[in-house]
Amino acid sequence: MKTETSAVDIDRNKGDFFYPEAHVRDAGIGLSERTIHYIADVKDDPAWVREYRLRGLKTFLEKPLPTHWASKDLEAIDFNKIRYYLSPGTEPKRSWDEVPDDIKRTFERLGIPEQERKFLAGVEAQFDSEAVYSNIKKAVGEQGVIFVGSREGLKNFPEIFRKWFGKVIPIADNKFSALNSAVFSGGSFIYVPPGVKVKHPLQAYFRINAENFGQFERTLIIADEGSEVTYMEGCTAPKFNTPTLHSAVVELIALKGAKIQYITVQNWASNVFNLVTKRGLAQENAEVKWIDCNIGSRLTMKYPSVIMKGRKARGEVLSIALANDGQHQDTGAKMIHAADETTSNIISKSISIGKGRATYRGLVHVPKHLKNCKNNTECDALLINATSRTDTYPAITVRGTGNAVQHEASVSQVSTEQIFYMQQRGLTEAQAMSLSVNGFVNDLVRQFPMEYSVELKRLIELEMEGSVG
Amino acid sequence: MPSVTNHEFVKPESILSGPSESGEFPDWFCDQQRAAWREFESLPKPTRKDQAWRFANVGLLDLSPFKHGGTLTEKERATILEQSRGLEEVAGRMIFAGDELIERDVISDQLKKRGVIFQPLERAMVEHTDLFRKHFMSQPAKLGSAKFAALHQALVSSGTFLYVPRGVEIELPIEIFHWLNGENTSAFPHLLLVTDELAKVTVIEHFRSVNEDAPGFACGVNDLVAGPGAKVTYVCAQNWGDSVIALQMNSTIVDHDASAMSLNLHLGSRYSRFESLSRLIGEGGRSDLLAVAVAKDQQEFDARTLQDHVSPHTASDLLYKNALDDRARTIFGGLIRVEPHAHFTDAYQKVRNLLLSDDSEANSMPGLEILADNVRCTHGATSGQIDEEELFYLRTRGIPVPVAQRLIVTGFLDEVVQRLNHPAIAEHLHRLIEEKFAENHG
Repeated sequence: MKTETSAVDIDRNKGDFFYPEAHVRDAGIGLSERTIHYIADVKDDPAWVREYRLRGLKTFLEKPLPTHWASKDLEAIDFNKIRYYLSPGTEPKRSWDEVPDDIKRTFERLGIPEQERKFLAGVEAQFDSEAVYSNIKKAVGEQGVIFVGSREGLKNFPEIFRKWFGKVIPIADNKFSALNSAVFSGGSFIYVPPGVKVKHPLQAYFRINAENFGQFERTLIIADEGSEVTYMEGCTAPKFNTPTLHSAVVELIALKGAKIQYITVQNWASNVFNLVTKRGLAQENAEVKWIDCNIGSRLTMKYPSVIMKGRKARGEVLSIALANDGQHQDTGAKMIHAADETTSNIISKSISIGKGRATYRGLVHVPKHLKNCKNNTECDALLINATSRTDTYPAITVRGTGNAVQHEASVSQVSTEQIFYMQQRGLTEAQAMSLSVNGFVNDLVRQFPMEYSVELKRLIELEMEGSVG
Repeated sequence: MPSVTNHEFVKPESILSGPSESGEFPDWFCDQQRAAWREFESLPKPTRKDQAWRFANVGLLDLSPFKHGGTLTEKERATILEQSRGLEEVAGRMIFAGDELIERDVISDQLKKRGVIFQPLERAMVEHTDLFRKHFMSQPAKLGSAKFAALHQALVSSGTFLYVPRGVEIELPIEIFHWLNGENTSAFPHLLLVTDELAKVTVIEHFRSVNEDAPGFACGVNDLVAGPGAKVTYVCAQNWGDSVIALQMNSTIVDHDASAMSLNLHLGSRYSRFESLSRLIGEGGRSDLLAVAVAKDQQEFDARTLQDHVSPHTASDLLYKNALDDRARTIFGGLIRVEPHAHFTDAYQKVRNLLLSDDSEANSMPGLEILADNVRCTHGATSGQIDEEELFYLRTRGIPVPVAQRLIVTGFLDEVVQRLNHPAIAEHLHRLIEEKFAENHG
C-alpha cells in the first residue's frame, strides 16, 4: 500500500492526496435531531443557535429536492450516508508554529506558501469543519477589523453576529440552505468598521478531507458604512470514491456606501456535489461584487445573488465555469432590484469540454414603480467537443417604465481559422486551443487578483489537456 | 323563432362532459378522441411551479363555465358573414363559428385540377385518411400544454385541411376565420396544412368574437408541414374578445431546404397562450418565428416557443416584440435546442418588450440547450420604455405626445411585420394594430 503513494502520483494530481484522519469529534453518519444536539453540544452553541439548527433540520426534511427544474443528479445524494460533523477537536490557532505538522504538509501541497502571509492580510484555513489556523496581520486588527471563524465570531461578537446571521438567506430559502442552517460549522466571520478600507484581500482555503463527509461552512461578512473589503476563497479537495457533499451559505452585508468583493475559485474533486447559497445585501450606494470561478466538482449549483435594497446600490457577478467530462456546472446569478437607480451587471462565460455540461441560470427582477434601474447580462458559452453541452435559462421580470434591462447570450466554438492561424505560427493544435480558450475568458480573468488569474490560467490549461485530437 | 339547423346540439352542454358520441366521425377517429379524453382527464392541471408555466396566471384556466357552441340564428350567421372581412384577394376561404363551418369559398378549378385539396377536416379524414392520419397531431405537445392538446383532440369536430401537392405555388393567401359567438362558448380550431416538395402557400387565420365582452374559450391546434423545398407562411391575427381564454398549440415541421415563416399577432383575449414548436428535420431548412403583441388592461399574453434543430445545417430566427400598457403582462419562454449531431446550426432568438405604463410587467425567459459544438446560437432579451429623446424630437416637430407615442410604438412593432414581406397582409395587420390603439385612447 505504502509504495503506491509515490511522488509521481502526487505530482500528476495536485490535491489528490490525503493524510491519516485524526478526528476527535465525530457526529456519526446520517442526520437526525440527535446529530443536531450533538453538534450544538460540542460547539457549545447558545440556546438560540440550537433552536435555529433544529428549525433548519425541520425545513430541510420538509422541502423536496428541486428536481422539477434542477438536475436529476441530485437524487444520487444519499443524505443518510453523510457525516455531518467532525473536527480535529482543536481550537483555532494563532500562530503558524502551533499548527499540526500533517496539516501544514497539506497546505504546502496546496501551494499556500508561508510567505504569502506577508501579502495577505490574514489567513484562515479550514481543515474539515474547524478553522485550524487563523491569523490576522497586526495592522488589520488594529483597524478594528474582525476576521475569525464563524464559531469564534458567535462567541466573541454575539451582538453583531446575531443581528445579521440568517438575515440575508433565511432558513427556508432552499433545501440546501436549510441543511446548512441545521449543521453549519466553520466558515468565516468578518466585520469591517465604518470607513475602514482593507487593502489586502482576506483569504481562506477550504478542503474536504474525510470520506463521505459534507462540509457546511457558514460565512458572514459585514462591511460597515463606507468600508471596503475583498475576501477570497479557494477550494481543492482530495478525490474519493463516494460522493461528497459541500453545501455552504455565504451572507454579505454592505451597509451604506460599503464595498464587498467576494472571490471564489472552486476546484473540488470531480465527485463532490457543490450546492452553495450565496447572497449579498447592498444598502444605499453600496456595492457587492461576486467573482465566481467553477472548475471542479461533479455538480455545482450556485447562483450568487445581490439584493439591491438602497438607492444607487450596485450588484455584479462575474462568473467563469469550466465543465469537463462528468461535470455539470449549473451556475448563474440573481439580481433583485429593490430600490431606485440600482444597477446590476452579470457577465458569465462557460466552457464545455468533452462530455461536460455548463448551464447558466439567471434571474433578474425589477419590481414595480422603481425608476432608473439598469441590468446588463451577457452570457457566452464556448463548446470544445461535439459531445459538449451548454444551456442558458434566464428569467427576467420587469415592471413599469423607467428601467432598462438587456440580456444577451451567445454560443460558439473556437474558430477553426484562429486555430489554423496559430498552427501556422508553429503552435500545436492543443496549444492553440488552450490559448484560444484563455483568450475567451481573458477579459474576465483580468479582473481577478493577480495570483488568482495566474492560477486560473494554469488550471484551464490543465483541463484542456487531452481535449483535442 | 330561430331556425334550427340539422346540427345535433340543441341544448349546449359543458365541454367537460367529454367527446360527443354523435357518430358523425369514423370509428378510428372516435377511438382517438376517447383516448385523448382519458389523457386529458389523467394529466394534472398546470401549476406555476411547472417550468413550462412559470409566471403564468394558471388560475385563469377554469374550464367549468364553458360549453359547446350552440346553433346560430340566421341573423347571427348573417352578422358573422358580414363581419368576416380580412384580405381583399384570397385563393380560398373558410369561416367557422364555434366549431361549425358556416361558409367556404372554394379554391379555383385550376388549383383543384393541380391536386390542391382544401376541405373541412371531417371530410378529409374520410376522403384522405392516410394523409390525415399521418400528420394529424403527429407532434406531441412539448411546451407544457399536453393536457390541453388532449382536450383539443378529444373535442375537435371541424377545421381546415389544406394539401398543396408537389411544385404547386398558390400565390394568393388562404384565409380562415374563427368566431366565438355567445356567452361562455368554446371553439377548438384546427388547421392541418401539408405541403409537398417545392410547394408554396400562405395561410392567414383570424380569431374573433362576435360579442366583444362575452367570456369564451378557444383551444386550437395547428399542424403545419413544410415538405422538402416548400415555402409555408402562416399568419395568425388573434383578436378574440377581451374576456376570452385562449390556448393555441402550433407545430411546424420543416423538411430539407424548406422554409417556414410564422407571424402571430396578439391583440385580444384576457389570457392567451401560444405555443410554437418548430422542428427542423432536414438540411437546409429554415424557420422564422415572428410575433407582435399589444397588451393592455389586464391582458396576459403567454408565448412559449421551441426552435428544435434536429438536423445539421439548419437555421432559425425568432423575433418577438411586445408593447405593454396598463396592467398587462407578457411572458416569453423560448428555447433553442440543438440536438446532438445537429452541427452547423445557425439559430437566433430575440424578444423585446416596450413597457408603456408603471403597472405593466414583462417576463422573459430566453433559453438555450446546445448539445452540438459546431453551432452559432445567440439570443437576446431587452425590456425598456419609449426613448425620451425620440419623443422630444417628435414634439419639436409639433406632434402631440399621444400621437408621438403611438408612432414610436407602431414603428417598434413594424419591424416584425415587415419581415413577412407581404404588403397586403402587412397592411391588414397594421389596421388591426391601429384599431387597438384607437380603443386605447377613447
